[in-house]
Amino acid sequence: MRSSRLLAGAALALLPLSAFAQAASVTKLDSGDTAWMLTASMLVLMMTIPGAALFYGGMVRAKNLLSVLMQCFAITALVTVLWIVYGYSLAFSTEGMHAGITNWHSFIGGLDRAMLAGLTPDSRYQTVPESVYVMFQLTFAVITPVLIVGAFAERMKFSAMLWFSGLWLSFVYLPIAHMVWSGPGSLLGDMGVLDFAGGTVVHINAGIAGLVACLVIGKRRGWPQTHMPPHNLGYTVVGASLLWLGWFGFNAGSAVAANGNAGMAMLVTQIAAAAAAIGWTAVEWALHKRASVLGIASGAVAGLVAVTPAAGTCSPGGALLIGLAAGAICFFTATRLKYRLGYDDTLDVFGVHAVAGIVGALLTGPFAAASLGGYGHVASAWHQLWIQAKGVGFTIAWSALLSTAILKLLDRTIGLRVDAEQEQMGLDLAEHEERAYNLS
Amino acid sequence: MQWITAIIKPFKLDEVREALAEAGVQGMTVTEVKGFGRQHGHTELYRGAEYVVDFLPKLKLEIAVSDEQVERAIEAIAGTARTGKVGDGKIFVSALEQVIRIRTQEVDADAL
Repeated sequence: MRSSRLLAGAALALLPLSAFAQAASVTKLDSGDTAWMLTASMLVLMMTIPGAALFYGGMVRAKNLLSVLMQCFAITALVTVLWIVYGYSLAFSTEGMHAGITNWHSFIGGLDRAMLAGLTPDSRYQTVPESVYVMFQLTFAVITPVLIVGAFAERMKFSAMLWFSGLWLSFVYLPIAHMVWSGPGSLLGDMGVLDFAGGTVVHINAGIAGLVACLVIGKRRGWPQTHMPPHNLGYTVVGASLLWLGWFGFNAGSAVAANGNAGMAMLVTQIAAAAAAIGWTAVEWALHKRASVLGIASGAVAGLVAVTPAAGTCSPGGALLIGLAAGAICFFTATRLKYRLGYDDTLDVFGVHAVAGIVGALLTGPFAAASLGGYGHVASAWHQLWIQAKGVGFTIAWSALLSTAILKLLDRTIGLRVDAEQEQMGLDLAEHEERAYNLS
Repeated sequence: MQWITAIIKPFKLDEVREALAEAGVQGMTVTEVKGFGRQHGHTELYRGAEYVVDFLPKLKLEIAVSDEQVERAIEAIAGTARTGKVGDGKIFVSALEQVIRIRTQEVDADAL
């Protein structure tokens, strides 16, 4: 990028105007694309604060509401700082990468862009300022550790949560983002894994970490015998609605342009969210004779997760089927599997995010094929399914192993859990000396 | 003097209060309570977690009345709090030994 700007400078000095226009068009800024990516970045930030924060906050008990909101807010601040110090560089530096060659930099970027070195108002990523791309990708790095919060909610120490989020970002998120998204020479990118907006990087990654986290930290005291109903499903519905809206920034923004690809991503996102809300609700209605509010909101989120990797390559019909499948399957993983296996994934990070992420990442393969209406230019539906499965398997293994290592390390050093009395009191008072509701 | 304790459905409070006022009752204490009787609770289901809620919200009315008033007060409560469905509540009546109005130090009938 820097060399092409040099070329443009040389052209300005030496060549006639028409030739300069041609040379400069390689990295010409597009104000339409830029305007959309500025907007998309804000939409994705809105998914975290307040979207995910309220979605999760409504599902915990009143004594833990502030702790969840605080965790989401604090992660937003922490990840932002880490992102500019080294995160963006480790995820997106293309130093030492060559198409088709697997080396150290296929796994992790270099430190040449640490402290955003080289970033100026003129830096470009494709047709948008690189500053906007840094910001857009930052909002993805923020939401991913935030999603994990739901798995260990109501019992993790705030200090342990901060250490976990920082280490997890560094050793799990940044490498996986690099392996999928950094372009030619990246491990999973070169393998041909399709992940348009982060099904593997964000949702499977976070969902598996959530499962590991709730297993390492252990169940909440009294679960599942004690009554622990959501304290304010109104917040949860508002949060799910903000997630749904923000997801257009997440998926359509991943086109990094205001073009037909972005338009199609927006459309299939809406379709899959609606189909999954219907899928979850239909199964619930058939089995429990009731259509619940928490169910329809959870179903919509499952559909949004599932269509994320497919949003750049599937047809509207494909999105409909991906959504229906994700909604119906996640109903069972969130409402049955957890109790069958006895792990206390408080807000179903595994049951919704990992499972819908896996369903979506796998179905992205076949639905990218022209034979099934897709636009992915893939060799065949079955072949791409196999490539997707390899990407899913790799991400599960990477996230599970490194998340376990980080959590065990923290448990042995500073400890992960609050003590029994603090857990009973609620994290709002025990950890922050505040109460969400002072009603009397 | 008699001490009436009535457990009623919360939405019936206004009707009961008006009927008791017509019956000459000059004061009462109302408390929000939870409990169960023949009316069983309900179930709640959140992502597969089923909870049986045994204790239902009710109101507890406490009223001190003279012996002459007690029948009318009971009729007022029983007549207005009744819906005919399980869970309408109960009325308990017991003897009341002494009443003292703190402001004036009046006792018994004068203090009611």
